Amino acid sequence: MNLNFLEFEQPIAELEAKIEELRLVGVDSEINITEEISRLEDKNKQLTESIFSNLTDWQVVQLARHPQRPYITDYISRICTDFDELEGDRHCANGPAIIGGIARLDDKPIMIIGHQKGRKTKEKLYRNFGSARPEEYRKALRLVEMAERFKLPVISLIDTAGAYPGIGAEERNQSEAIARNLSVLSRLKTPVICTVVGEGGSGGALAIGVGDRVMMLQYSVYSVISPEGCATILWKSAERASEAATAMGVTAKHVKEMGLIDEVIPEPLGGAHRDIDAMAKGLKNALVRNLAELQSIPTMQLVEQRYKRIMSYGLQS
Amino acid sequence: MSWLKNLLPSVIRTETGAKKGVPEGLWTKCTDCNAVLYRAEVERNLSICPKCDFHMPITARNRLEAFLDESQRVAIAEDVIAVDHLKFRDSKKYKDRLAAAIKKTGETEALIVMQGQLHGLDCVACAFEFGFIGGSMSTGVGERFVQAANVSLEKSIPLICFTASGGARMQEGLFSLMQMAKTSAVLAKLQEKGIPFIVVLTNPTMGGVSASLATLGDIIIAEPNALIGFAGPRVIEQTIREPLPEGFQRSEFLLKHGHIDMIVNRSKMRDKIAGIIAKLTNQKGPRIKTD
Repeated sequence: MNLNFLEFEQPIAELEAKIEELRLVGVDSEINITEEISRLEDKNKQLTESIFSNLTDWQVVQLARHPQRPYITDYISRICTDFDELEGDRHCANGPAIIGGIARLDDKPIMIIGHQKGRKTKEKLYRNFGSARPEEYRKALRLVEMAERFKLPVISLIDTAGAYPGIGAEERNQSEAIARNLSVLSRLKTPVICTVVGEGGSGGALAIGVGDRVMMLQYSVYSVISPEGCATILWKSAERASEAATAMGVTAKHVKEMGLIDEVIPEPLGGAHRDIDAMAKGLKNALVRNLAELQSIPTMQLVEQRYKRIMSYGLQS
Repeated sequence: MSWLKNLLPSVIRTETGAKKGVPEGLWTKCTDCNAVLYRAEVERNLSICPKCDFHMPITARNRLEAFLDESQRVAIAEDVIAVDHLKFRDSKKYKDRLAAAIKKTGETEALIVMQGQLHGLDCVACAFEFGFIGGSMSTGVGERFVQAANVSLEKSIPLICFTASGGARMQEGLFSLMQMAKTSAVLAKLQEKGIPFIVVLTNPTMGGVSASLATLGDIIIAEPNALIGFAGPRVIEQTIREPLPEGFQRSEFLLKHGHIDMIVNRSKMRDKIAGIIAKLTNQKGPRIKTD
């Protein structure tokens, strides 16, 4: 079993391993196996298509949390140029679970912020697994307020299991840090585009998720509580997380149907992690297109539009 | 004590012993010190235990009625009701949970809003009804709060909110989460217009309510010993796998860490807040005897 593949991806992993083996054989031998390889590659494509056309909501949750899923650093290096990371909350800590800084997107300056989960164990620990504490939210707040001063649009990439539940986080007022961001982002006088690229975990996600455009990658999820948490409370068993995921409607497709996001950005076949370059390109295109639209709107009108939109959340239309 | 018992006249003995013949609900017990209390007296005392000063839960309606002046109270946003957006169903249908909550509390949502006066000062006051699905934040609650704030904005009068909530209402999924943005956004507007927002945190105020409107007050007051925080104590304990410090996430802990302005006894709340809003809105203060 290949640990870099999810359970439902295993047939794909096996086929790919076979193709790889054949390739290695091909190098040493004189038999022509190109034909066989290309036949298997076709088969692999069909297999992936068939698996991915019938994903359950729970499988989408797993994809959103995939260990190989691209993180903000993977995107920044592919969609931005001239990135300067800006660190620290200016109060007490660095806040490495959220990365932020100024960069260029299609040559125009932007402020980019987003969660970083960390790839290897050491980095995961350093990044607190992408679970932000007050210092992270205050760092984000500092950066978006600076963006407003210098008229830089804000790009926010969301990928977190949720805000960190810990003693220190509570002592430093986690609630206030999140609430302050919601309040400030709702009235920020510069365009804000938020994209859920992996997990959109509750208040921890929303704290950098209020904007003029809210988008989700195709296999990302967004929910008020983790499916496990919901199942534990309502069904008294975390085992029923997949039911909870379906009941809450956590996938991009469902959230779009609820009218709570503007756009779902398609992922490459097999998910973002199978072709990070293609994913980054799709994300960049969507960001550039939306930014052009938003930057043509006078600022005060933009802020009022955003406000009206926020007020409409949950009203029966 | 048996010798004492024998000395007592039989009338007194039966009173402490058997409850037979006493109408149901005449007596109540303090949930903290376990003292047996006369219900009417407790209610007169705003559900504060006369023996140990423990602040027991009080319904949102009783709270607002005790808080505001008796005259000129107007209900706001009563027509906004809960909506089952997702046709949600766990072990029970959300629709049935709502019906049960309505029957149990006599309210139609977990937030009650009234416009009125406080010692003659105009204001809008709202209170979470914890008995209604744990005072959870739903689209109905969010909309009621926004309507309350809009009356404040329109009339330029202070907004006061008593919170008591377990957090988001899971049965409304992401719609519930978005109410955090909605309530925080309207408060940003209040702030721009210089209209005071006073929060009174009561037991318990957690999760989505704590991480939105409850921590955005110009003045944040807490009732004594209320549990207030973002993540629930059990969740934190499970995450960090160590016991939590004594008094963690209680009002006194919050005061010590600089999260709130003051702790105020429920019986003093009316006078305290009247004095505050009079100063913030530069009006003549009510004549209140202070101690």
